[in-house]
Amino acid sequence: MIEFSLDSGSGVSPYLQVVHQVRRALRLGLLTEGDQLPTVKDVVARLAINPNTVLKAYRELERDGLVAARPGVGTFVTRTLADSSLAAHGPLRRDLVRWLAKARLAGLDEESIEALFLATFRHVNEETA
Amino acid sequence: MNTVVTAHGLGKQYRSRWALRDCTLEIPTGRVTGLVGPNGAGKTTLLRLIVGMLDPTVGTIEVCGGKPAADAAQLAKVGFVAQDTPTYAGLTVADHLRLGAHLNPRWDDATARSRTERLGLDPRQKAGRLSGGQRAQLALTLGLAKRPELLILDEPVASLDPLARREFLRVLMEAVAEHEISVLLSSHVVSDLERVCDHVVVLVDSQVRVAGDVDDLLATHHRISGPLREPSTLPADQHVVSASHTDRQSTYVVRTPAPILDPAWSVSALGLEDLVLSYMEGAAFAPTHPDLEVLR
Amino acid sequence: MIWLTWRQFRTQLVAVYALVAATCVVLAVTGPALAGLAHRNSDVYDVLTSNDRLLYNGGIAVLAVAPALLGIFWGAPLVAREIETGTYQLVWGQSVTRGRWLAAKLGFAVLATAVAVGLLTTAITWWAHPIDGALGSQHGSLASRMTPVSFAMRGVVPVGYAVFALLLGTLIGLVLRRSVPAMAVTLAVYVFVQIAVPLWVRPHLVPPVTSSVVISQKTLAGIEADGSGPFRITTHTADPRDWVLTNQTVDAQGHAAGLPSWFSGCLPPPPGNSAPSGKTEVHPGPGTLDACFSRLTDEGYRQRLVYQPHTHFWRLQWAETGLYLAASALLAGLSFWWTRRRLL
Repeated sequence: MIEFSLDSGSGVSPYLQVVHQVRRALRLGLLTEGDQLPTVKDVVARLAINPNTVLKAYRELERDGLVAARPGVGTFVTRTLADSSLAAHGPLRRDLVRWLAKARLAGLDEESIEALFLATFRHVNEETA
Repeated sequence: MNTVVTAHGLGKQYRSRWALRDCTLEIPTGRVTGLVGPNGAGKTTLLRLIVGMLDPTVGTIEVCGGKPAADAAQLAKVGFVAQDTPTYAGLTVADHLRLGAHLNPRWDDATARSRTERLGLDPRQKAGRLSGGQRAQLALTLGLAKRPELLILDEPVASLDPLARREFLRVLMEAVAEHEISVLLSSHVVSDLERVCDHVVVLVDSQVRVAGDVDDLLATHHRISGPLREPSTLPADQHVVSASHTDRQSTYVVRTPAPILDPAWSVSALGLEDLVLSYMEGAAFAPTHPDLEVLR
Repeated sequence: MIWLTWRQFRTQLVAVYALVAATCVVLAVTGPALAGLAHRNSDVYDVLTSNDRLLYNGGIAVLAVAPALLGIFWGAPLVAREIETGTYQLVWGQSVTRGRWLAAKLGFAVLATAVAVGLLTTAITWWAHPIDGALGSQHGSLASRMTPVSFAMRGVVPVGYAVFALLLGTLIGLVLRRSVPAMAVTLAVYVFVQIAVPLWVRPHLVPPVTSSVVISQKTLAGIEADGSGPFRITTHTADPRDWVLTNQTVDAQGHAAGLPSWFSGCLPPPPGNSAPSGKTEVHPGPGTLDACFSRLTDEGYRQRLVYQPHTHFWRLQWAETGLYLAASALLAGLSFWWTRRRLL
């Protein structure tokens, strides 16, 4: 069973954070078909967030066909996102390794690399939103 | 009944000062609603009007389908946790539970006892000796075990340390998940509200500035910045909440249901705290213009 | 609500009733002996021991102070304390209306106060009855029950005072919303009332008796004189335990009058003629004084006495208690109105 965390300073709304964390877990293979998601009560007990937030996140995941709610029992994974395995994106991965080497040579340390990546990533997302 | 509080033109005057004016709002059932605004904005006054501790000077208010504090049945529908969670210092924890049992027809004794046990409160401990966080938990237990339809909390976590604050909100959210209860809590700390509230009412200078579902509000408010421009040149459906200008640049916070298509603007989303702050700033420069409710 | 009120009051109730019980026990133990003493001696005042006197004065002190203390310490904080500490928000957030809340608190407090003071006053009145108004053969006496000081500490009125003080304290606490200032104001108002009532109201609660008395040796109480001679005569009533309100010499037409000028010759000059002027109680010998009194009577002078005879004791008691209870009811009504309409 996965555990959620909430980053209250990130500017991303709580329900989206839950959705993203489920999707990431699915992608990384931490959740597979048939696994049960934590119950609303458990999430609320752990994070002290509004139960409606959890319900909303689970409903969106259900709408995307990733999970299904079984009344009285819980919410279960129906489909993973690891179909497109990471190995299938070999060229992308190689480009990334090359870029990382360049960043290292340019003198950036780990934190700076991460910051540069995230800032650019967000900027691009906002522009296309 | 899908609204738990309906107010129309509600106002309360003390001598020469209006603590609350032109308050018209509908708070939906089954939500956790945050009442947010700076100190002295009228939050406590509004909450007390809802609980029935105050009588309105003008306007009407209906709570859970009845007039506040009209009789014992109405009082049983609404629970109240006051600011600084007052308790009887000379009475023990067990005494407080007995108080609840004697004075409330729908008292859930089993839940009350299991809660205090789980929280680690010693029943024989006098309430005056409890820590701030423990007193707040006791007051919350009393409010919840009464099984109200609406639970009102006035700045319940303002004076608590971060751990006690998280604990308090956790217990409150667990109760919301377990029972069908509407919650209305006031705070001037917006980050707490972002976690737990799905509906928010912003009160600044004794008036309601905006009210609506948090997701709706966040989706319809944007911060736009671009070259210097007058607010009157903005399209009619873009309602200006706050504005700031330098000699070259204008930054507005606007509310609009439609997407912003003008390429001159650089648009960014707003967090709840920034949204509330812009309403507070906006109120400062247009104090007599109450903003309209967000229509759902 | 009753349980909560009891729980809040518990310690104070126990303390006060323990004191009441102790007092009653002491009085019960010494009472019969005292009654026996009074029965056997007509001049019982002279045979009183210092212990008896201590208990007597103690009884007066307790009944003087108890109603005020209970009213102030139970009444003023009754509501004011809950407002000060904010606990009213806790209890009004339960499912009990404000009216019921106040009714339970007030009802409980009034009952507790009335019973406590009732027990005290019954015990003390019973204990002091044999010796109230006892006159000694020499100087000194114990005040009669009718005198203003003693009246307030006997019979039923202390209960009326206590209930009044309690409700006064509650209302003032409601209005001021702070316990300590409320206590001070309650004390001040209570003291004022306790002075005003015996002065202006009590004499008229039950119509007093007016009688016209012939001035003679037998009826004379005293002659007051100063440097320029005697100027006032006072007589006493048939029973020394009566409460005299007016003691006035009137002439043949019934108007208040001073003594005729020839009367100054009736008295021996005061010892040491150069004595400074001042009132001297003169107890004259027989002889010339009798002749003067007969002459006064012949000229139509009488002494007009307006007094409350000691037989009026219980009527006055009930009338005054009724007055205080009526005032208390008014205060209670005001308290309810204020709590519902104006408190916040």
